[in-house]
Amino acid sequence: MALTADTIVVPRTNSRRRKFKWQTLVDHGILIAGSLLMIMPVFAAFMTIGASDVDISRHGMQFSNGAHWAENFDKALFTKGGFTGAITGSTMLLNSFILGIGFAIGKIVFGMIAAYAIVYFRLRFATFAFWMIFTTLLLPLEVRILPTYEVVHGMGLINTYTGLILPLVASATATFFFRQFFLSIPEELVEAARIDGAGPVKFFIDILVPLSRTMVAAIFIIMFVYGWNQYLWPTLITTDEAMFTLVRGIKQIYQAIDGGSDIPEFGRSLALAFIAILPPVLVVVIFQSWFVKGLVESDK
Amino acid sequence: MKRAGFNHFGLPVMLLLPQLIIIGVFFYWPAAYALRSSFFLEDPFGFGSTFVGVDNYTDLFGSAQYLKVAGFTLGFTFLVTFLSLSIALLLAVKADKVIRGTRVYRTLLMWVYAVAPPVAGFLGVMVFYQGNGPMTEFLAMLGYEFRLGVNYYDTAAAMVVVATWNHIPVNFIFLLSGLQSIPQSVKEAALIDNRSGMRRFWDITFPLLAPTAFFLLIINITYALFDTFGMIDALVKGEPGNNPMTMVYKVYVDGFRGNDLGGSSAQSVILMVLVLVLTVFQFRVMDRRIHYT
Repeated sequence: MALTADTIVVPRTNSRRRKFKWQTLVDHGILIAGSLLMIMPVFAAFMTIGASDVDISRHGMQFSNGAHWAENFDKALFTKGGFTGAITGSTMLLNSFILGIGFAIGKIVFGMIAAYAIVYFRLRFATFAFWMIFTTLLLPLEVRILPTYEVVHGMGLINTYTGLILPLVASATATFFFRQFFLSIPEELVEAARIDGAGPVKFFIDILVPLSRTMVAAIFIIMFVYGWNQYLWPTLITTDEAMFTLVRGIKQIYQAIDGGSDIPEFGRSLALAFIAILPPVLVVVIFQSWFVKGLVESDK
Repeated sequence: MKRAGFNHFGLPVMLLLPQLIIIGVFFYWPAAYALRSSFFLEDPFGFGSTFVGVDNYTDLFGSAQYLKVAGFTLGFTFLVTFLSLSIALLLAVKADKVIRGTRVYRTLLMWVYAVAPPVAGFLGVMVFYQGNGPMTEFLAMLGYEFRLGVNYYDTAAAMVVVATWNHIPVNFIFLLSGLQSIPQSVKEAALIDNRSGMRRFWDITFPLLAPTAFFLLIINITYALFDTFGMIDALVKGEPGNNPMTMVYKVYVDGFRGNDLGGSSAQSVILMVLVLVLTVFQFRVMDRRIHYT
């Protein structure tokens, strides 16, 4: 019995093993091809920064290691440009950070306290407020840009950081994430805190905030990237070039690619694009596990 | 709401107030404003407006241009959703399967999430640059002259490619984590029952992924409809002309370039209704059709 079983099983596992190796090779091949597909456009853009504008306009994107890296990055960051000739890349970089961080902090602060009120207080009004807030999840800013612009314009908030950040904060995503998270915290915690005589403010600051640290970090990363990458709203609300963010300002510079009579500034535009890509990518890659956890758990 | 909640009135209201004020001012007011102005015809020079009923809507549905834009949006959304979901699914299944390197592949395949759509669009302009972009040259070698921004279908193809590239990572992250959350015991049981990898995938893995996939379907549709604005603006270099555009792009073009407040608002309202229908559909299907484990 045992012998026959062995003689049947052994060749099978052998053939399966050989097939398995082939399959593994194919699997890795597919994954490497996918990774290359993701990397190549950005890598090509990065390599092209080393070339001169003349070469780029003649031969397109380049892979050779050119001599113009420093020059192009310097031009991108410190030379004034744009239509009025008043904007530098470093100003745009600063504005991008203000938008990304301001947006993330705004979302977290407003979202967290609103979610706290909704979850931890016995109040009819809280349910009503939850539905008011929840409804905003349905309509992205893009579908109501024109009226929002009119409203913000009427308030005199054009070309201000407030006008740039607050309308973007007006959605419920963070509130919703925190609500879900607070609901998953055991009920006993608030009971114990109340028995020990902790008031709502003390409970929030001493217990809830420390418990939410990972959640806050994850949401901060997601919101920072989201804010940094905003385009449509900053395009409408900032007409003054000193207020441009990188993502919004690149267009101004590369639009000259087709219009101008001089050789277009490819190197500068590509360097700016690279600078615009770098910070959010670094944040996502470095804090990968928090980011993935936050994204996957909060969106469900 | 927690059972053991606090019994205050002033404090929670104070906590809710900032959020309510912001959404009131920047959400409900503009939304109501859009609804109202969609029934009015605004004088282009700002001398008041006249009530025109549903004329703005009938004008839209009678306009061949708007129908063309709607048609393009539909096709574009379908293609981007289908392509990015299926490529991401393939990559996620393989990344979940390989024994070594899952983490490295995950990093390499997800970082593009952080590339802003308009920047992706700008990279697309360079890659498909007329005459000497790498892809243009590659296609020329195959005997096809690719003309970005000139030929309607070439531009549309570039938009689909760039949007798909930009959106594979989100799908990949969700699908991979969905795959990784399938219990090992289920996989082993399936392995004993069925040796065919394909059958195992369609019978076991795919149904277990269904909630994730459905959620992603909605995310993808929303992305293709709304978040591609910057990418399209970059690819057409801010000059829509005869180029393809999505419905959101047209709201912008009509409202800010054409100064047609009524028409643009009517388009906004149509998009709002579209999103509402999508959301209601999402909740209904989520509740009924999909069985969570």
